[in-house]
Amino acid sequence: MKKSVFLGTVAGATMLAGAAMAGTLDDVKARGELICGSNTGLTGFGTPDASGNWVGFDVDLCRAIAAAVLGDGSKVKFVPTTGETRFTALQSGEVDVLVRNSTWTFSRDTELALDFVAVNYYDGQGFMVKKDLGVSSAKELDGATVCIQTGTTTELNLADFFKQNNISYTPVTVADDSEAQRQYLAGACDAYTTDASGLAASRATMPDADNHIILPEIISKEPLGPVVRHGDSNWGDVVRWTYYALLIAEEKGITKANVEEMAGSSTDEEVKRLLGVSGDMGPKIGLDNAAFKNAIAAVGNYGEIFAANIGEGTTINLARGLNALWTQGGLQYAPPFR
Amino acid sequence: MAMVTDAPKESFRLSMLIYDSRYRAVTIQVIVLLLVGLFFAWLLNNTAQNLAARGKEFNFGFLWARAGYDINQQLIPYTNDSTHFRALLVGLLNTLVVAILGCILATFLGVVIGVLRLSKNWLVGRLMTVYVEVFRNVPLLLWILLSYVIFSETMPEPKAFRLTDDMIAAGEEPAASKILFGTVAITNRGTSIPAPLFDRSLGSVDLGFVSINLTALATILVLIGSIWANRRLLASARATQEATGIRPVVWWKSLLILFGPFIALMIALGLHFELPELKGFNFQGGIQVAHSFTALLIALVLYTAAFIAEIVRAGILAISRGQSEAAFALGLRPGRTMNLIILPQALRVIIPPLISQYLNLTKNTSLGIAVSYLDLRGTLGGITLNQTGRELECMLLMMLIYLTISLIISALMNLYNQTVQLKAR
Repeated sequence: MKKSVFLGTVAGATMLAGAAMAGTLDDVKARGELICGSNTGLTGFGTPDASGNWVGFDVDLCRAIAAAVLGDGSKVKFVPTTGETRFTALQSGEVDVLVRNSTWTFSRDTELALDFVAVNYYDGQGFMVKKDLGVSSAKELDGATVCIQTGTTTELNLADFFKQNNISYTPVTVADDSEAQRQYLAGACDAYTTDASGLAASRATMPDADNHIILPEIISKEPLGPVVRHGDSNWGDVVRWTYYALLIAEEKGITKANVEEMAGSSTDEEVKRLLGVSGDMGPKIGLDNAAFKNAIAAVGNYGEIFAANIGEGTTINLARGLNALWTQGGLQYAPPFR
Repeated sequence: MAMVTDAPKESFRLSMLIYDSRYRAVTIQVIVLLLVGLFFAWLLNNTAQNLAARGKEFNFGFLWARAGYDINQQLIPYTNDSTHFRALLVGLLNTLVVAILGCILATFLGVVIGVLRLSKNWLVGRLMTVYVEVFRNVPLLLWILLSYVIFSETMPEPKAFRLTDDMIAAGEEPAASKILFGTVAITNRGTSIPAPLFDRSLGSVDLGFVSINLTALATILVLIGSIWANRRLLASARATQEATGIRPVVWWKSLLILFGPFIALMIALGLHFELPELKGFNFQGGIQVAHSFTALLIALVLYTAAFIAEIVRAGILAISRGQSEAAFALGLRPGRTMNLIILPQALRVIIPPLISQYLNLTKNTSLGIAVSYLDLRGTLGGITLNQTGRELECMLLMMLIYLTISLIISALMNLYNQTVQLKAR
């Protein structure tokens, strides 16, 4: 948010303070860099690698947006945010977009004056316990101590779940995933609860991953997705359609490798519009016509991003499940690009 | 003959506001006041505009909404169905309990260390110097984290206390056992201590949002009564001593008055203790004290005691040597000299800086967030703020509460200061 403040004193004291909001899209273009709110470190979703480059499922979406707006997927600055600081960072204009395993809820959408523009991962809250605890269901956790990240929806779901099942627990509130892991591994809590994907990611980094199991119960719906400030619809559209472009790319078989070839040879009208070969879809939301082609060229389609960061075969080893395309029985569905 | 005439009346000109020393001071003050007023007006205006720009409104209605989260240490009944205001109260009490216990313990420890630092015993004096320098020169946050990590990493997990049938058959003992004759269990999560229970409890009176426990109230009243009676006894003993020169033997009466009524009350109420037992994942029964509380309290006490020790030492050194020499000349032993002559005079020097230390300790309790201690900062300024998104309201309210607590402590200590101050007669 750009803010200009005029201070004027006329005949004693008269003061005018004016805050003007320019569009986030213009700000990003003027800056030449996208500022993306990311996780403080969740393997597979958003974390710096050994050489300090941010990698992950959420990170790739940020890069796709940067590629669409600026033509270069590397022009992103990542600002790590915790569960507590993330929404304030977005509201105050510290970040342009928040892609950080954030659950879309009614009160966040309305009261917090945010807009969730899409769901890039359909998730649910689960529990992880050590195998030798001998627990096979979350309902057996009566009296357990549970590590929980503060400032999250999971904190509230946890309270509801235990109340509904008439069992008790002791919460240990932690700030982020790494602290939760430390407490959990040190035995300060019997169970660690967060989004199931987060648990899988967390388990993947544990030295003794095989000794931990994720309990079968999924106690909530956690649609995770990119968030923008309420009131800047144009920027919301940019983020939303960049994401959908990645989905459509998977649907149409456009990959990072063949995007140029598809642009040249495809006869599918939707593909041509998406890749900017025909029509003027990009300029309609203030982007280049090749914006979405750039996004796909930078990070690949949704399926590629999923497979590379968190899919089967990676350490996190998550199945597509609900996140398969709608054509394959999942929930990922993009509106038509026309 | 000289005529005395009135000085010509000077008419007031605007320039006199700056050049005339009679008006200049006022002019400057008015300008500064205006600027300060403008600054705050700008601040308020800016806040209001930014709130409006984000579509947020400023109200405290959220305090009456359901909180929805759980708190692991509650001094008053609280469930996730309670309101955010109730959560605020729980947090406030958690803050106060650490602050009050911390101030009391830090004072005791600080006075002992301050006095010992002046000890003629070389080793004791140096050890105390090392203590003071180490604790006050390392940030408090590190001490809190350190004491928490020591507890959580070195103590056994609750399951280490478990004795299974297989182990009994094999004649094995559990890896860990309770200490103090099997009454206290220290695990890596917390300390479980026996809880006092009463067969014939007096119940409690519900006063709307707080309920007063009559058993606790009766206990406190009996204790206060005993202490008052004991003071009367000692005062009469002193009167006898001053009148006749012979001090009557009162120690057994004193003990009887101090502890007799209390023990009688406890027997009448049917006091017994509920011991913590390992059930399921954790110890149940008794009182569970989380390590976040213990670690925060220990770190605060050790850290603040180092500062208080220095204040006490300074206070003692401020009393002239002649005072102790005179006391020794009268034949008073060093301990009595300290208690009767030096410390009462040193208090005048000690109390004012001690107030600041109490205020520091109270405010430093907010660092408990580092070990997930859910005090006021953790509930109102942490989870409530996050779940409701009311940053401005929560922060303002929290500042106001801390300010109020500090002002109350300050006022109480100033009252006490007046009683020990040098009386000007």
